[in-house]
Amino acid sequence: MTSAIRTSGGAQHASILGVGVYRPSRIVTNAEICEHIDSSDEWIRTRSGIVSRRWATPEETVASMSVAAGGKALASAGIQADQVDCVLVSTVSHFSQTPAIATTIASEIGTDGAAAMDISAACAGFCYGVELAQSMVRGGSATYVLVIGVERLSDLTDLKDRSTAFLFGDGAGAVVVGPSEEPGIGPVVWGSDGGAADLIRQKAPWDDALSSGEYPYLVMQGNPVFRWASYAMAKVAEEALERAGVSIADLDAFIPHQANMRITDAMVKALKLPSHVAIARDIAEQGNTSAASIPLAMERMLAAGEVKSGDTALIIGFGAGLVYAAQVIRVP
Amino acid sequence: MATTEEIRTGLAEIVNEVAGIPTEDIQLDKSFTDDLDVDSLSMVEVVVAAEEKFSVKIPDDEVKNLKTVGDAVAYIERSQG
Repeated sequence: MTSAIRTSGGAQHASILGVGVYRPSRIVTNAEICEHIDSSDEWIRTRSGIVSRRWATPEETVASMSVAAGGKALASAGIQADQVDCVLVSTVSHFSQTPAIATTIASEIGTDGAAAMDISAACAGFCYGVELAQSMVRGGSATYVLVIGVERLSDLTDLKDRSTAFLFGDGAGAVVVGPSEEPGIGPVVWGSDGGAADLIRQKAPWDDALSSGEYPYLVMQGNPVFRWASYAMAKVAEEALERAGVSIADLDAFIPHQANMRITDAMVKALKLPSHVAIARDIAEQGNTSAASIPLAMERMLAAGEVKSGDTALIIGFGAGLVYAAQVIRVP
Repeated sequence: MATTEEIRTGLAEIVNEVAGIPTEDIQLDKSFTDDLDVDSLSMVEVVVAAEEKFSVKIPDDEVKNLKTVGDAVAYIERSQG
């Protein structure tokens, strides 16, 4: 005799309920970067919009930054740690492949044994995490999900590579996704292109690096990445707006992954965003922090009063893989 | 089919729009980087706008060979076949 398997039902709608960040203590100026490469403050600002970035100290680990950002996100959402059912951590700079860092973070943050896993989706990792989280909340496998984007890209930065040495930064950003009365997260537009996996990658796999002794820094082919990110991604962003049924006239903020100010500028131009749309420009003082950049930028815009809770924002992450994901959200 | 001069004029408008360089400075013998100060990222913007304007494809591998305005005009002319 077989009995029917019961299924779980979730919330009708999901939203981002709170955001929290951790910005590392050490500010690294362009002048300091230029001690290692033949470049200048002016060249770096013109090519990237970056004025300074933050690099973590040895004590500011992937786990400690995540716990700090996650705790603030929970406080901002008014949710207790033991209410969290799942912790998703997106990172490419946690160097122990097993176990996932998410379990340590879930434990240190005080969850009651929440499900926990790492996501490997590079600079799209935060948007991938938000989509997974809202699917869980609406599908019924979790009520509250903590999504964390965290990086110590300084550990993967080749200080002597003049095309990337100035680019990367460290930090953590977190959000709580949970049930809501109204829809707060629009349909995701996401995908990948493994045919272009070579464009952004670590120089060699760890096993090769260990046998050769050559450190596997991040390497990138700047111009093709710029073309893809600026133009192909603008189309993805447009599709996310369309799928959410939100017109540019109703958009309050554009919070793209902080890859390079020139990419943000090109996207704003391609999307023809009017001046009432607030544009995230956290990269100027934070550098490119991959999975952490969108929540970091969102938090800065909230703190500066450039956006307010309830505003409609378009977020888009894109990067190594290639991978991308975009959605329209309500700012927590 | 656009003539060489029409392509040069169209390209000059694009370079002016992307990099703010006066159109009259954008002559066939000028180097994008050395004479016109168009950096590699602006060059990508110029290329994408040119692809749209002239209905041609300019692959990434080809962009580095387009050192002067004349190189770009000739490439577009050839691509239009």
